[in-house]
Amino acid sequence: MSQQYYETKDLQDFSSIDEFAHEQGKKFFDYYTSSTSSGKLTEREKALIALAVATVRHCPYCIDAYTNKCLSLGVGNDEMMEAIHVGAAMVAGDTLAHATQMRKIVKRKEM
Amino acid sequence: MEQKELLDRMDFSQSFAEQLRACSEYPLYAQAIETLQTNITRRCNLCCRHCHVEASPQRTEEMSRPDMEACLKVAAHPEIKTMDITGGAPEMHPHLAWFLREAALMKKRILVRSNAAILLEKQFGQFLDIYAETGVEVVVSLPNLNRERTERMRGPDVFEKIIGALRELNSRGYGKKDTGLVLDLVHNPVGAFLPGSQLALESDYRNQLLRDYGLVFNRLYCLINFPIGRYLDFLRSSGNLDEYFRLLKESFNSAAVGSVMCRTTLSVAPDGRLFDCDFNQVLDLSLSGETPVHIRDFDYETLARREIVVRGHCYSCTAGAGSSCQGVLEQ
Repeated sequence: MSQQYYETKDLQDFSSIDEFAHEQGKKFFDYYTSSTSSGKLTEREKALIALAVATVRHCPYCIDAYTNKCLSLGVGNDEMMEAIHVGAAMVAGDTLAHATQMRKIVKRKEM
Repeated sequence: MEQKELLDRMDFSQSFAEQLRACSEYPLYAQAIETLQTNITRRCNLCCRHCHVEASPQRTEEMSRPDMEACLKVAAHPEIKTMDITGGAPEMHPHLAWFLREAALMKKRILVRSNAAILLEKQFGQFLDIYAETGVEVVVSLPNLNRERTERMRGPDVFEKIIGALRELNSRGYGKKDTGLVLDLVHNPVGAFLPGSQLALESDYRNQLLRDYGLVFNRLYCLINFPIGRYLDFLRSSGNLDEYFRLLKESFNSAAVGSVMCRTTLSVAPDGRLFDCDFNQVLDLSLSGETPVHIRDFDYETLARREIVVRGHCYSCTAGAGSSCQGVLEQ
């Protein structure tokens, strides 16, 4: 049995996640493929969005997959980093926006 | 350790044969010879980090004039539609101008693979006009639209030279509508990964080259880097060798097997010896069976039905959408 929670080779298992629940798995893959393929947005733009989400979600598999996909599509290192900053800024903004809850409670409770 | 020995030890050769067997394609046979690919010199003004033939200014191997004459004679065979001239930098062969003019007389598709940077050197600038005069297709390697990435692969100041040479080719009508002068570009991954969608990359190349430099071209070919030559050295020294082979193997696409280029191509080395492809040539994997082994002994019927010699590096032609010297095998 593997001693690691995250192993690079586990990424290759992604295509098997429909095991034990094939019907739902197939629906997921249809949806996944459709969502990440080019549409109104290009494959390149979608790869950058996926990379930003992957870093925000701290998913090592997705970061590996979408860094490679971005490289394959000729995306610049500076473009990848900019996309990650969008994710970072969103996380920071999202955190700070929740300060509103704290501020509302403070203002209600304090004398 | 010799590269061939290293590749054999990695055990991907057996596995590739098994993959072919699983799709009833082993042994793999040629179907015809439609393209004669002539590697006329190992000399090159550049020393690119992905070069599978390890061309450089120090190399001296070049095809003799009698062997070039034999290539022209063979290319005249009615079944052969295309002559693909490569190197090294073909421009550094002293007989290229003569070779092109003779080849053009056949009224077949003739293409020359150029690094383009050489066309801005005074000594070789004449080829801009010779290409246009003979109407040959020019295939230019531009690995990446990013200057820094391209130069990391091909050397300092190369990007600007390629752009300058493309401008010269455009000014002679290359890549422009209705001129009949075809200018194709080649994209290679600058690192240990596979190229992305050829359609998506071609669109990016077209938009960016037009927007930033006012340049046009006909098609973009996306090529997978072969784990041979300097690229193999890079994979080894960067610790990417095993992972790259795994990636090639996992990306095996049985649909690409039917159209791998060795089935319709014959490769000629600078010494006139024949090979299944440019890559087998570099690894010195001779033709199998009782076939002629030199261009001067060419026999269409025997060679067009030869068994192809396959090894682990052949995974590079069957990965993803497939890869050939003319880009992906499936769109």
